[in-house]
Amino acid sequence: MDALTPHLPVLLVLTPLFGGLLAALMPRRGPAPWIWSALVTGFEVLLGLSMVKLVRQSPQETITYFIGWWPAEYGIAYEIDALNAYVILVVALLAFVSTIYAKSSVEDEIPKDRHNFFYSIWLLAISGMVGICATADTFNIYVLLEISSLTVYTLIAMGKYRDRRALTASLKYLILGSIGATFILLGIGYLLMLTGTLNMADMHEQLMLMKAEGDLAGNRTILVGFTFITVGLGLKMAMWPLHLWLPNAYTFAPSAVSALVASTATKVGVYMAFRFIFTLFGSVYDSSATLALMAFCGTLGIIVSSIRAAQATNVKKILAYSSVGQLGYIVVGFSMANESGVAASVIHILNHAVTKGAMFMACGAVVLRMGNADLKSFYGLGRRMPATMAAFTIGGLGLIGMPLTSGFISKFYLISGALHDGKWWLAMVVLAGSLISIIYVWRVLEVIYFKKPEKRAPVEEAPFTMLIAMWILASASVILGVDAELTGRLAEFAARVLIGGAT
Amino acid sequence: MIESSPLLAIAIPLVGGALIVVTGARRNLREAVTLVTAGCLLAAVAALVPAALKGPSPTIEVLHVLPEIPLAFHVEPLGMIYALIASGLWILNSIYSIGYMRGNRESHQTRFYLCFALSIASVMGIAFSANMLTLFICYETLSLVTYPLVTHKAPKPAAVRAGRTYLGILVSASVLLMLPAMVGTWMYTGSLDFVHGGVFGEALADGSVPPWLFGFIFFLFMYGIAKAALMPFHRWLPAAMVAPTPVSALLHAVAVVKAGVFSVCKISTYLIGVDKLAEFGQGGWLLYAAGISVVAASFIALFQDNLKRRLAYSTVSQLSYITMGAAMLNPLGMMAAAMHIAAHAFGKITLFFAAGSIYTAAHKTKVSELDGIGRRMPFTMGAFTIGCLSMIGLPPTAGFISKWMLLGAAWTTEQYFAVGVLIVSTLLNAAYFLPIIHRAFFRAPPPPSAASDESSTAAGVPHGEAPWPIVVAVTGTAACAATVFFYPSVFADLAFALMRGMPT
Repeated sequence: MDALTPHLPVLLVLTPLFGGLLAALMPRRGPAPWIWSALVTGFEVLLGLSMVKLVRQSPQETITYFIGWWPAEYGIAYEIDALNAYVILVVALLAFVSTIYAKSSVEDEIPKDRHNFFYSIWLLAISGMVGICATADTFNIYVLLEISSLTVYTLIAMGKYRDRRALTASLKYLILGSIGATFILLGIGYLLMLTGTLNMADMHEQLMLMKAEGDLAGNRTILVGFTFITVGLGLKMAMWPLHLWLPNAYTFAPSAVSALVASTATKVGVYMAFRFIFTLFGSVYDSSATLALMAFCGTLGIIVSSIRAAQATNVKKILAYSSVGQLGYIVVGFSMANESGVAASVIHILNHAVTKGAMFMACGAVVLRMGNADLKSFYGLGRRMPATMAAFTIGGLGLIGMPLTSGFISKFYLISGALHDGKWWLAMVVLAGSLISIIYVWRVLEVIYFKKPEKRAPVEEAPFTMLIAMWILASASVILGVDAELTGRLAEFAARVLIGGAT
Repeated sequence: MIESSPLLAIAIPLVGGALIVVTGARRNLREAVTLVTAGCLLAAVAALVPAALKGPSPTIEVLHVLPEIPLAFHVEPLGMIYALIASGLWILNSIYSIGYMRGNRESHQTRFYLCFALSIASVMGIAFSANMLTLFICYETLSLVTYPLVTHKAPKPAAVRAGRTYLGILVSASVLLMLPAMVGTWMYTGSLDFVHGGVFGEALADGSVPPWLFGFIFFLFMYGIAKAALMPFHRWLPAAMVAPTPVSALLHAVAVVKAGVFSVCKISTYLIGVDKLAEFGQGGWLLYAAGISVVAASFIALFQDNLKRRLAYSTVSQLSYITMGAAMLNPLGMMAAAMHIAAHAFGKITLFFAAGSIYTAAHKTKVSELDGIGRRMPFTMGAFTIGCLSMIGLPPTAGFISKWMLLGAAWTTEQYFAVGVLIVSTLLNAAYFLPIIHRAFFRAPPPPSAASDESSTAAGVPHGEAPWPIVVAVTGTAACAATVFFYPSVFADLAFALMRGMPT
């Protein structure tokens, strides 16, 4: 590994990229593409781990990699620090676990002769998401964003073999997602005009220089650029009320895709928001008004989408709306722009990923066995698929934020952040919103454990690969909730790095 | 001999729970496991008493739930009282459960015993918690693991509905009020440790926490602890009565509700500091809130015909006695509150045992059906009478001692409102308990034809006493209630140790 160490940042992106291209050449039938993808994502996890290890050796420094050894002004630079090493590891881990999970789901939902293409696109999507986190070049962010978005549209559209509504869901996502990406591109364009550079750190420096010279006061270009980027990011991370693409996309996607996308895609959007708002615009541009608006949107998002979740009758849709709500917590967290608040966002990226990942996986197992994810299919499953439903229950408790699950840790940080600025009302509103999650989780749990099944036909427990995957995530949720020493310190550190950029 | 520690006390019921699942198929073995576990637990807890008498012991840290706040446990007098009654009564309650669950042919008995063991483990966690985070975690866990017990009769709609009320109120209050109070404490003082005099001293002295904020945090804590059933957060308690009687008896007369009032006392003493409250003129409202709760709940109890509901409202009222003791904001009141935690436990569990005994033997749930039942069930109703005396606060029962202490504390500190409440509620207690005893012993039983139309003892055979394990348990707890009157030493010593440690 030592020879590879200097190239780690770029290898993180290239491994799934070429892995994906090669997967398309695999035999169409049989398990070969799946085994290949599992190996690639497994290797990706190892790379992510060694990256984190490398960053931990000197946490204050940023590891910079110049692609083709071109200097950052002309070429593309990848920069890894404590924050994105962490996000990359989260994405890699979730990708690996979702790939293990995908086996039975893909066999069931995707035609036999397309498995190689499915896994090819799957790996490309992962590559795009990891790339967004690794790169420090704004235009490269856009390119990788398009790679990940186009592949995810395709993956969602593949849900058509089970339910044709996947096609319209994917189209809606395509339209809104492209608008978002275009907005981001426009914003980057304005900034390029203003600063003459695409590298994020360089851009920040140029802006600081301009600010020192007094050129920024009343500068409309930066305002327009910032606004385009913020709206684009809002669309990409499904911030309420720009979330309209999400519920259907998550509901009708193939089960494995729902699990992967729900736990990683919006998180990458959040990561981009961190970088743009804190690293790039921090202390250059007074974003407090925007952040206040975001806090407002996040809070309303928590309440409104939780209510929608409480009304839905399809469990996948409940989880999708809940994702919008949970994203509200992340948005509210970083919009406080204080250490505890940002730490809450950072830690919730992981905590929500494992919780929601486990729940989507359990839900996918039900789709596999019962044919759909309607609330009716869950009747009495507590006795028929006990292991799956236990994982679902642990995930649900995590969503509510019960102590000893990871959700509680996020909530603690979030409330700390609100009270840090003396915002008792914000804490109360957020907590009141979180109580609605009890309603939608309990609706499902009551059905699972108390209702009699509609059909008497016996139901098999989920296949082994699915159980393994969902239990890895469910137990991760508990472990992260019982001992947050590591994740908490990491999140606090990442928050200090980000806020440091803002002051 | 293994040295006992709080961790052992938490581990024993957890291990017992695991064994209950393993032995689930063979019910005699399973019940033996429960009894042995309960016995071991009492021994482990009792071994901690000498340490508790010396005041808070050194803290044992286990896991870092948050980077700077560990899961931590210690032994101190107040927690000792609570742990002692919970673990001691678990033995009698297990004997009782065996009789009740078999006698009524209840389903899912393994789940029942498992959840019971887990509840006791959470109770031990609450009792020995050394910081607020630990208490909060165990408190929430207790709500969750008792949920399957409350909804034991699901899918019956009544049980499911009761479960919603139960969990809804308890979790909403704790998340919406207690959690922000806890995080606020952490943000403003940088500590959640339980220490005598509380953690707010410095912040109040240097003005970083204004008195109104301090009072507000106290307010959030007091109403956030919905398990203390301070009105209007009491509705979950009558709702929880749909559970099988052993659950109502141990959990909703002792373990869960005492978790509430214990938290009230513990937080007032060790986190907020009652002397700080008195010094800064905050928290005086609690005395009135609790006093109104005492009288109002007693008044509602007067009109309940369902025996278990009447007992539930009596519990609401009695819990507010304890809150009132804490709300006097002085060591004497806190000592009385601690004593009443123990005294009420023995009396109330006896009453619930008796109610379950009547249900098992005669299938009666209403007060108006109890005419002359004392003649057929002399042991049950005898125990019931002792329980009633303890509730009213008459000698020779434990209730007398604690009520005496409460009155004494109220007189000494010249809180005449509390004195008035105690007098009025004693009269009300007598008014809703004595008629039951009168019915049971002095009224003639109804003619057999009317009584036997729905009971399984039809065929003209009059029912006698309940199965022997029930009778053993109910007389056992009644004997405890009387014994505490004559030998209050352990509990009184602990309560006194609590008072002595408090700053004045």
